[in-house]
This record gives sequence, C-alpha cells and structure tokens, in this order.
Amino acid sequence: MKEQTSFLKGIKDGFPICIGYLSISFAFGIYACSCGLSVWEAVIMSLTNLTSAGQLASVPIIVAGGTLAELAVSQIVINMRYALMSVSLSQKLGKSVKMLDRFIIAFANTDEVFAVASSNEETVGKRYLYGLILTPPLGWTLGTLLGAAAGNILPAMLVSALGIAIYGMFIAIVMPKARTEKPTALCVAVAIILSCLFYYVPTLKAIPAGFTIIICAVVASGIFAFLAPLNIAEEDNDQ
Amino acid sequence: MKNFYIYLIVMAGVTYLIRMLPLVLIKKKIKNKYLLSFLYYIPYAVLSAMTFPGIFYSTGSVVSAVVGTIIALLLAYLKRSMVTVAALSCAGVFLTELIMKMI
Repeated sequence: MKEQTSFLKGIKDGFPICIGYLSISFAFGIYACSCGLSVWEAVIMSLTNLTSAGQLASVPIIVAGGTLAELAVSQIVINMRYALMSVSLSQKLGKSVKMLDRFIIAFANTDEVFAVASSNEETVGKRYLYGLILTPPLGWTLGTLLGAAAGNILPAMLVSALGIAIYGMFIAIVMPKARTEKPTALCVAVAIILSCLFYYVPTLKAIPAGFTIIICAVVASGIFAFLAPLNIAEEDNDQ
Repeated sequence: MKNFYIYLIVMAGVTYLIRMLPLVLIKKKIKNKYLLSFLYYIPYAVLSAMTFPGIFYSTGSVVSAVVGTIIALLLAYLKRSMVTVAALSCAGVFLTELIMKMI
C-alpha cells in the first residue's frame, strides 16, 4: 500500500481541525473561567491535555477540591476511547514512522486528528502526520485563551451556536464515507441507535458517557467486522 | 482547591498514557481479517456514537440544535468541507435562536 508522506497535505488536512478547535475550546475557556480557574490555568490545561470531554469533566472536580483518584478515574473513563483509536491508528502508520515519532504523535491523537488520519486511502507517513498535528493544538490552546480572556463580552446566543461546531465536524467526516459504503452506513446506524438507547433508557442512563461510547463503538464495529469484513488481500501483499 | 498543577499533571499524564501505550506497544501489522475490519469501522462508529444524541443538546435549545443538525447532514451529504459544514451549521443555530427570540 502507498504511503502518504506529504507534509503540506498534512497541514492542509489539519488546518480545518485547528479552525474547528478554535470555536470549541473557546466555549471551554468560558466555562473553565466561569467555574473559577484562572485564564492561565485554563490555557495550560488545554495545551497539555488536548481533550474536550476530559477537560470539561475535570473542571468541577478540581474546583471542588476532589481527590486525585476521582480525577484520574474520570479521565480514564472519558478518554479510554483514545486507546481504541490508538490501536486503530497503529495499523495505519507507514514505514517512515519510527518509535520516537509514535511518542510524539500519540500526544495529539484527538478524535478529529484520528478520524482525518484514518480517512486517508494510503498509510500515513511521518511527514504527513507532523503536518497534520501541527496546527490543531495551536487552535485548541488559542481558542481557550480567547474564550477565557474575552468570553464574557460575547453574547450568549453566539456561544450557544458555537456549541454545535464539533458535531458538525464529526458529521462531515462520517457522512461521505457512509454515503458510498453501505456496511459503514449500517454500522453507523447501529452505533447511533445504541447510543440513543444508552441516553434515553432510564436504567442504562446510569452508565458514564465515556463507557457508553466505547460499548456502542465496539458492538457496532464488531457486528460489521463479521457481517461485512474488508477485502484485505491487496494490503497483505505489501506487508 | 489543592495545588492546580498536581491535578494538571495527573490528568495530562493519564490522558497521554491512554493515547501513547497502544501506539507504542503495537508495532506489528495485524493480519486477522476480522480484527482489521473491526478497526476499520471503529472511527466511524465512535464519532457517530459521540454525535448522537449529544448534538441535540449542544446548543441553547433542542429546536435550534435540530436545525443545525439537518444543515450539517445535508451539507456533509453534498461532500462539503469540514469547516463549511461546521460553520453553516453554527450559522443555522444562530439564526434559528434569533428567530425564536423574536417570535
């Protein structure tokens, strides 16, 4: 299989994520400061964590002076999906990606970076990946700074509208694939139905959201791995 | 509130380990057809499960969120870029809430 090695293609693919992050982390910045973190604390948290849901969940725990164990468990539950993504990404890496690169790329393996890297037809090389992960952390950190420092002067309606941005990005990634590949479309449908069940059925509601995402994804992908396995003969030749 | 930086180190450390360990430890190419297919479907399943039903509660009201969702689905179906889909869906939410306020 061919390897995507263009640094510029990486930049080009990563930049929309950077822009999307500006708006999402903007909302996080507002939230963190309204809960009592300082501007600097919100910014350094974004720079070092690069995870939307995990950071959102951490703020109330930190502000309330919760235990470190509580914080660690919340992060494990919410962020465990990244382990699944890293397993998946490990199969997508080209030969140019060395050990040290893996340590660096892992830091920026967010939902969006992972999804965009996965959407390449080829395996992804080192130069492409560095291009891809260059701008999203900047957008994430800068957006947090802007939200934390200036969020309060923006009208609430504008902030409310920005809330949907991240989901719009997700839909833009999934829909083109679901449109052309029927098994992917059905897999997506199963994942959505399960996710809605976990959200609306009273007894299932008690399960933390971080777990339900993993359960939905594993069950839906597992079903379609058996019902509609990929034709991988072509890839095998290149091992 | 305890020292903020102790919290920061714990959460950043946990999150990094979760991302880093599989990427560093799994160096071999998986050959199993079913496992590969499973990993192929994972990104789309994860993103979909995260999007629905969460998207309906991502704005000030369910109504504006539904409008934004429909716009996003339509534009994504027409293969518009990530930024276009996200931006116009935000715009749809904003306009809907503006109209709702005026009614």
